[in-house]
Amino acid sequence: MEIAGNPRAPIFAMAAEVPSASALYQVAEKVRDAGYSRWDVYSPFPIHGMDHAMGLKKSWLSALVFCGGLAGLTIAAILQFYPSSIEYPLIVAGKPTNFFTVPAFFPIMFELTVLLSAFTATFGMLALNGLPRWNHPIFNWDRFKKVSDDGFFLAIEATDPKFDEEATRAMLEGLGASHITVVHED
Amino acid sequence: MADVYMQSPEAAAKRLERAPLVTSNRSMAWITDHVASCTEKRAPLWWWIAFMLSASLATVSVLCIGYLISTGVGVWGLNHPVGWAWDITNFVFWIGIGHAGTLISAILFLTRQKWRTSINRAAEAMTLFAVVCAGIFPAVHVGRIWMVWFLAPVPNSNAIWQNFRSPLLWDVFAVSTYFTVSVLFWYTGLVPDLATLRDRAKTKLRKFFYGILALGWRGGNRQWKHYEMAYLILAGLSTPLVLSVHSVVSFDFATSVIPGWHTTIFPPYFVAGAIFGGFAMVLTIMLPARAIFGLHDLITADHVDKMCKIILLTGSIVGYAYAMEFFIAWYGGNLFEQYAFINRATGPYWWAYWSMIFCNVVAPQLFWMRFFRRHVLWVFVICMFVNAGMWFERFVIIVTSLHRDFLPSSWGMFYPTWVDIWTFVGTFGIFLSLFLVFIRWLPMICIFEVKAVLPEADPHHGHHDDHAATPAAALKEGVH
Repeated sequence: MEIAGNPRAPIFAMAAEVPSASALYQVAEKVRDAGYSRWDVYSPFPIHGMDHAMGLKKSWLSALVFCGGLAGLTIAAILQFYPSSIEYPLIVAGKPTNFFTVPAFFPIMFELTVLLSAFTATFGMLALNGLPRWNHPIFNWDRFKKVSDDGFFLAIEATDPKFDEEATRAMLEGLGASHITVVHED
Repeated sequence: MADVYMQSPEAAAKRLERAPLVTSNRSMAWITDHVASCTEKRAPLWWWIAFMLSASLATVSVLCIGYLISTGVGVWGLNHPVGWAWDITNFVFWIGIGHAGTLISAILFLTRQKWRTSINRAAEAMTLFAVVCAGIFPAVHVGRIWMVWFLAPVPNSNAIWQNFRSPLLWDVFAVSTYFTVSVLFWYTGLVPDLATLRDRAKTKLRKFFYGILALGWRGGNRQWKHYEMAYLILAGLSTPLVLSVHSVVSFDFATSVIPGWHTTIFPPYFVAGAIFGGFAMVLTIMLPARAIFGLHDLITADHVDKMCKIILLTGSIVGYAYAMEFFIAWYGGNLFEQYAFINRATGPYWWAYWSMIFCNVVAPQLFWMRFFRRHVLWVFVICMFVNAGMWFERFVIIVTSLHRDFLPSSWGMFYPTWVDIWTFVGTFGIFLSLFLVFIRWLPMICIFEVKAVLPEADPHHGHHDDHAATPAAALKEGVH
């Protein structure tokens, strides 16, 4: 039984390694069926279909981005129509600002919609992932460095209601996972 | 394909098998090590030589811009009637080059062209650096650069607002949005690879630097879930964006009344030209990088082949547009328009026009032949022609249209000054310096995406219970 982190600190999770992406996929299905809820699998790249294997729902980032895009569109409309028709009405080539000249305002509406959507997509993704953060207990495990190279890991967190050191270890052993380690916080 | 049925089933199956995206059966660890070590080894001598040369060239550009700002735009050769010359030519040239990266990363992502994974990172970096070079020209060509904030719609003490219906203002929004979104897209793609560099870091400085940049990425599937969604959305946003940028650039010309500019073909024609020139520049800098770093298993001959085909396709679209401009000038019956085009081909700038035709339309036709798409040196030479040709295209569009418009009394010629020439030449130094810095400190190939296209990345790899996934497998199953 290996231990990582400060042994006197509370346990963060029980982690283990599996040899391949397909093994990780099968293990994830078993852990899902065993009824665990606070756990994750770690891999060097996103594994196709893993959300299903883990029983995760679709990311709701798209809803955030929709709001971001809508905000961009609104800002562009106000930014253009307020100065052009109220604050500083310009008549260019005999064309005032009215319903018929609206298409000329579309390019900037489009650009700002895209701009704010993209900001929301990037920063919303980071926020949903709890990033950026300085450190994480899982990094106490040296072997975990392989996750960005060719390592496939899973970790069942101690806060999971079904977490039980003995039973969880037995399950991981039964699933053929290796290097089962108790990762403590620091 | 027809002769597939004439062969033995095994031979036919072999022919139908898709070529692997990573050759020589490389492992994940090999990919990590091979790409990451480019940033970890000591900088080789060639890098220092290349960096010093390009940085010196960049300095020349900076000095020329300093001279321009301190003296005035009169140090450039542009004057009445050619009020836009090399400055806008260079702007459109660089911004066009900056289109290939986003095309590769966004459009090829949405169309599931998995071969893009080996080239998208460097192409996106190239996009950013090209847009940096492009942004210099419109900023400094305004003359009084300290007034450049007038481009931004902010309340000011003059109580003046911009004309939001002007394509020049659309251009400000389009280019700055494009740059910002490209940075976001690029950085989002970099985060997992920065985590790789962080986990491999040996020195304290690297641990700190990459630790900060990686933002604490852990690679958990609960993170990948949001990450993949973000990447998909960014690709979906960038696709119309990349098509809009050069369309808006073309509006700068198309919404004017100048003969030779006032045409509806401009947006698609500019976009095709941008992709054309962009891919040529991608190959121009990727081929040497691939040779130097030995990346032939990741950027394979097939990758080069596919990029050449895109160059051939977009080059032919551009050739069609050149022909169609002439046809419409004749068919439209507008004498000024007809004169503008006859003047392009036979007037004092005939040499620029025919250089453009030769470089952009004739030279890429060699890519119809497999030999030229597979021969690295030929690919490089043809891409150099395209690079030059695309600069000539913008020069032809801008200068030949302006130098003789409606009134013969206001006809004139444009002659560049040494400041024009060296500012432009120096931007290549800026571009190459940034690219050299990039390949030294950041992974130039998207490590995690390349791993994801390996056969063993498929979670069902090694299972034979499913129905045949590929036509080749179907054929094989039919045999046994």
